[in-house]
Amino acid sequence: MSGLLRIIVQRLLLGLVTLFVVSIIIFVAVNALPGDFAREILGQGATEESVAAIQKQLGLDRDPLTRYLDWLSGAIRFDFGIPLSQAMFAGNFGSTAIVDVKTVVQQIEPRLYNTLFLAGLSAAIAIPLAVTLGVLTALYRNSAFDKIMNVSTLSAISSPEFFLAYILILFLAVLNPIFPSLSNINPDLSWGELVERSMLPALTLTLAVTAQMMRMTRAAIINLLASPYIEMARLKGLSPMRVIIKHALPNALAPIITVIALNLAFLITGVVVVETVFVYPGIGQLFVDSVKIRDIPVVQACCLLFAAVYILLNLTADILSIVSNPRLRHPK
Amino acid sequence: MSQFTRRGLLKSGVAAGVLAATGLPAIAAPKRGGRLRLGLAGANTSDSWDGRTHSDSFMIMCAHGAVFDCLTEVGADGQLKGELAESWEASADAKTWTFKLRKGVTFHSGKPFGADDVIASLNMHTAEGAKSAAKPIVSAISEMEKISDHEIKMTLAAGNADFPFLLSDYHILMFPAGEIDEAIASGNGTGLYTVESFDPGVRFVGKRYADHYKGDDAGFFDEIEVIAINDASARMNALMTNQVDAVNRVDFKTEALLKANPMIEIMEVTGNQHYTFPMQTGLDPFTDLKVRQALKHAINRQEMVDKILLGHGKVANDHPIGPANQYFAEDIEQNSYDPDKAAALIKEAGLDGLTVDLSAANAAFAGAIDAAQLYQNSAKAAGININVVQEPDDGYWSNVWLKKPWCACYWSGRATEDWMFSTAYETGVPWNDTGWENARFQELLLTARAELDSAKRKDMYGEMQMLMAKEGGTVVPMYANYVDAHSTKLANSGTIGNVFQMDSSRMMERWWFA
Repeated sequence: MSGLLRIIVQRLLLGLVTLFVVSIIIFVAVNALPGDFAREILGQGATEESVAAIQKQLGLDRDPLTRYLDWLSGAIRFDFGIPLSQAMFAGNFGSTAIVDVKTVVQQIEPRLYNTLFLAGLSAAIAIPLAVTLGVLTALYRNSAFDKIMNVSTLSAISSPEFFLAYILILFLAVLNPIFPSLSNINPDLSWGELVERSMLPALTLTLAVTAQMMRMTRAAIINLLASPYIEMARLKGLSPMRVIIKHALPNALAPIITVIALNLAFLITGVVVVETVFVYPGIGQLFVDSVKIRDIPVVQACCLLFAAVYILLNLTADILSIVSNPRLRHPK
Repeated sequence: MSQFTRRGLLKSGVAAGVLAATGLPAIAAPKRGGRLRLGLAGANTSDSWDGRTHSDSFMIMCAHGAVFDCLTEVGADGQLKGELAESWEASADAKTWTFKLRKGVTFHSGKPFGADDVIASLNMHTAEGAKSAAKPIVSAISEMEKISDHEIKMTLAAGNADFPFLLSDYHILMFPAGEIDEAIASGNGTGLYTVESFDPGVRFVGKRYADHYKGDDAGFFDEIEVIAINDASARMNALMTNQVDAVNRVDFKTEALLKANPMIEIMEVTGNQHYTFPMQTGLDPFTDLKVRQALKHAINRQEMVDKILLGHGKVANDHPIGPANQYFAEDIEQNSYDPDKAAALIKEAGLDGLTVDLSAANAAFAGAIDAAQLYQNSAKAAGININVVQEPDDGYWSNVWLKKPWCACYWSGRATEDWMFSTAYETGVPWNDTGWENARFQELLLTARAELDSAKRKDMYGEMQMLMAKEGGTVVPMYANYVDAHSTKLANSGTIGNVFQMDSSRMMERWWFA
């Protein structure tokens, strides 16, 4: 097991290096965005002088390297500073004292919680559904059931998310008012209300991620069905279901876990469109809001968070594949 | 449930009788109760209760329309009335203004409202480093003197007959003196609703303030919930599926669906919001009055209203004063689309045809590029060649507007003629986007500002509008309507304000559940 621990530590360190590289890319990319905070916030009133005044006040006039190092050193300490918009209001009091101003972390935290809730709900529906369908389609491969499932999940994944969202709204909110089209969620709601109000975005996300996981499960299992040991199991007279669940599935876990992890990452980082359509107050909406006014600290923190989620989930997937595969667990 | 009493019956009976006698449609008396749910565009995570920073509909509705009050208020009928000020008086030169404040008003924290709060609230806009859109209004006050707790005298640097009107501006909210920072953080005002919860860019929930001075005349909902829905389709969906009772900024593309729904009503008013094409009169060829006039006759305004606003607007007449202004002059001859006249004017100017660049981006207003292309097309018939230059949205206001000789622009309009003119058409002001200088116009502007006689002001502002229409540097094709929609469960007095969206942002104050 110490071998596994070493791998984990190794991969974590590698993850940090990746994150560092990503931080450079994020900084460069965000700073290359046309327009800037001062111009966005001033709108029609953006004269050269007022733009310069705001940039000076917020320290945006410093050279990029200083700003990057400043940001990075803060990020290491988990301090992402204060959103430009908030700092701007503090300055508006006519004082530099920053009172009752939310930091980037405080702004992201409740939104991240909401997004995680939505991702969790979607995953709780999508993963069992996808794996079950994968197993069933593998079992009845090339049957009418298999074909129908493949065609329907593939058409779902091929449609843009907002389209799926509107289709769901039409059928489940407008024509048959089962779920609300507006995810008006807040901390005062009960668990049941939360689930009810988040159901449509969760279903949309489910439709968006199921196909890949299902197809991977199906392919991985079918791939194994030709192996000699499966043939042996069949010759023993085991039922096809038992062959698949007991003998094929455990060996097919590695690719399935990988694809599940990737889809989980998508559920957290790829929700911008879905959150916008359902007005779900998650991190995606915060991200869009912040990009709109070029609130750089928030945008950068969100990007870094997204990158970290991807890296961590990939890492988890790798480790789980190793754990699920004795040959990797005990390398010769 | 409201109780049915003999007195109540008599009262409402009398009211109905009066209404019937005056020829107004009889409208059921307001009913108290219920939770109003609004879905509004124009929210952002950076929103706060600081009135100085408000610029979009969500915070204007929540702060100006629910939680805070101003000194004065523009009624649904367009008339100015007192809100926290009970009455006011001006000296003959309109320089000294004495305001009597309403007594017995308290902030939601329980602190009584008085003259000190007015002084502190106004000073917020001129504080060192403060960036307030209302700074020009407040910095015109040279001295504020507290006469008693409920009386205050303000002296202006120059006479301004519109001064009480300006104080109704949604930036100039009244905060409690000495606790302004806390009031901004928690939303402590004197308005009809107290803040129950506020999540910037997401949601605001308010509760009717029981001791409010407007008593039974306004604020009929027990609770209000304002949900931020920036996405147009999501907003329309929310109304269609009955998750909100009203929405602002109706999406014209799905308007037909809303109209087809018997439970939904669309309300539309023409206010002062207008789109413009300012020409820099200091630069050739716009220095030539004939060229400017030719361009004013080379645009098909009605076509633009039909195609850019899909009919949700009104043809404008090359001046910035709109139907929501007091002295809007409707009788000025309309600058019409007349290619022959335009061609003749170009010839009179001694030119052989005309080629000009018109810079546009959709940042100027939605559909600005299309509008510029329509202009290009209509001008062709007059032998004028407009070259449409598509500019990037980003940095439009800093790189194109006020820089390029001719571009697209929008104005949300101002509550008073003087304010609008002195923002963008007075000689030498920084936002004079046409660089216009006209001696007669300037003279009228200064005289009208200090004139208290309404009839004289009407004449002067009328002449100014005419001067702009005939000689000014800006082409104003159209006023853009405010188009909102609401459920038929809601009722109102029958008069809807047109200063801003959603009954001049006072839906929560003036409406009720039928």
